[in-house]
Amino acid sequence: MQDFGTTLAEAIGLILLADGDLIEIITLSLRVTLSAVIIACAIGLPFGALVGAFRFPGRAVVTVFLNALMGLPPVVVGLVVYLMLSAAGPLGPLRLLYTPTAMIIAQTILVTPIVAALTRQVIEDLQTEYSEQFASLGVGPLDRIAALLWDARYSLLTVALAGFGRAVAEVGAVIIVGGNINHVTRVMTTTIALETSKGNLELALALGVVLLAIAVIVNAAVMALRASAVRSAYA
Amino acid sequence: MFRRQFLSLALAGTVAATLSAGLSAPVAAADDFIIVQSTTSTQNSGLFDHLLPIFTDKTGIEVRVVAVGTGQAIKNAANGDGDVLFVHARPAEEKFVAAGHGVKRHDVMYNDFVIVGPPSDPAGIAGSSDIVNALTKIASTKAPFASRGDDSGTNKAELRLWKDAGIDVGEASGDWYRETGSGMGATLNTGTGMGAYIMTDRATWIAFGNKGDYEIAVEGDNRMFNQYGIILVNAEKHPNVKSELGKSFVDWVISEDGQSAIANYKVDGQQLFFPNAPAGS
Repeated sequence: MQDFGTTLAEAIGLILLADGDLIEIITLSLRVTLSAVIIACAIGLPFGALVGAFRFPGRAVVTVFLNALMGLPPVVVGLVVYLMLSAAGPLGPLRLLYTPTAMIIAQTILVTPIVAALTRQVIEDLQTEYSEQFASLGVGPLDRIAALLWDARYSLLTVALAGFGRAVAEVGAVIIVGGNINHVTRVMTTTIALETSKGNLELALALGVVLLAIAVIVNAAVMALRASAVRSAYA
Repeated sequence: MFRRQFLSLALAGTVAATLSAGLSAPVAAADDFIIVQSTTSTQNSGLFDHLLPIFTDKTGIEVRVVAVGTGQAIKNAANGDGDVLFVHARPAEEKFVAAGHGVKRHDVMYNDFVIVGPPSDPAGIAGSSDIVNALTKIASTKAPFASRGDDSGTNKAELRLWKDAGIDVGEASGDWYRETGSGMGATLNTGTGMGAYIMTDRATWIAFGNKGDYEIAVEGDNRMFNQYGIILVNAEKHPNVKSELGKSFVDWVISEDGQSAIANYKVDGQQLFFPNAPAGS
């Protein structure tokens, strides 16, 4: 067993070497995860905002379920998506099993509740603050949602990043529905699992460091974007 | 007003763009590929990395391998999620064919199982070539033994050997008999960590990178023979199976060409798999 310093050096070596296979794996990881996060936001942001901004019967139940679904076990989601997409399953004719699309579907199911539940909380807090203004100005329901989402956009960026973190680190679901097929559905996490099972622990750990570096880069990019948006808003 | 339009437009746009980007990818890819449901031992030992490029160069057919335990591979194939099944548990393979899921089973190659253990050798079995005797000693000394416990081909073979030795490991489960419920590599990582004996196929062991100070304790018993078989999934039962492409892979693996490619695969100068498909099949 080597120490972490050597592992770190190996990880940097892996990045600098920019091995074609590694680039392919990183690209697929980002493609799958970012697609899942974008779809999850497209569904979760408006849904969470609706639940957060309005009172309706059963709202408490919906909130409890949303919050509980944040803890969906990836393996279970993978299994359900596998059973759906399997040739023997209802969606079998689509032939999506063992494709990146199957992985995007599984991760979207994992990330959407996180985005929706956190959005609900953010919007609900803001709604309390805005409700009198909305009432006095006679703002309609759709404009309310739009205004709330817009004004909460920086908090919601962090919500999206939480979803990204969940998806990019996840292995249980994508390995079942993707099959970890070399050059087709192999992503960072499934590669780490594979190298661990081959007993190549140093390589696995180095790949883990690379994955962490990617997460840092994505987060830094989003924060930089946010900072420049804030600057231009007050310029 | 602008914000509202912007938000709804952005929403519709992102969903459409993302889904089409995601969905178009598999459609755009060439359809000349097959899915082979196989086992971790064939993948982790590096055999497929050696074998598949030779086949793809020759035929232009891409082979996508899903490497799971034999039990799961058979279940996936029985769901129609694969064109070819390449595993190592003969009775289960024959059942698969008898149930109509497979066309025909062919012998491909063999290697053997070994028991690896720590240098302290708590059961005193190092150097033995009598597996039943060795297992009896492990049980009587209650030396830790790490089992796959995952219904894989190796797990099935291991349980058969315990049965031959007349030992009920179910009773010892959680005590000295520890079921990891995971793949061969994960079980080797766990087992070597807890100083347990582990049964593994020789190919995975030779290629394994985290051996520590472990060595082979038991080997060379005929009962530890490990036969691999290949089966084309039956298109009559599973209409989406690519019979023609799948058949050309099966035919190649058991052909003289494929068989010599298997024999030529070596790690550290050691041959990992020994081809034994009947000649002319």
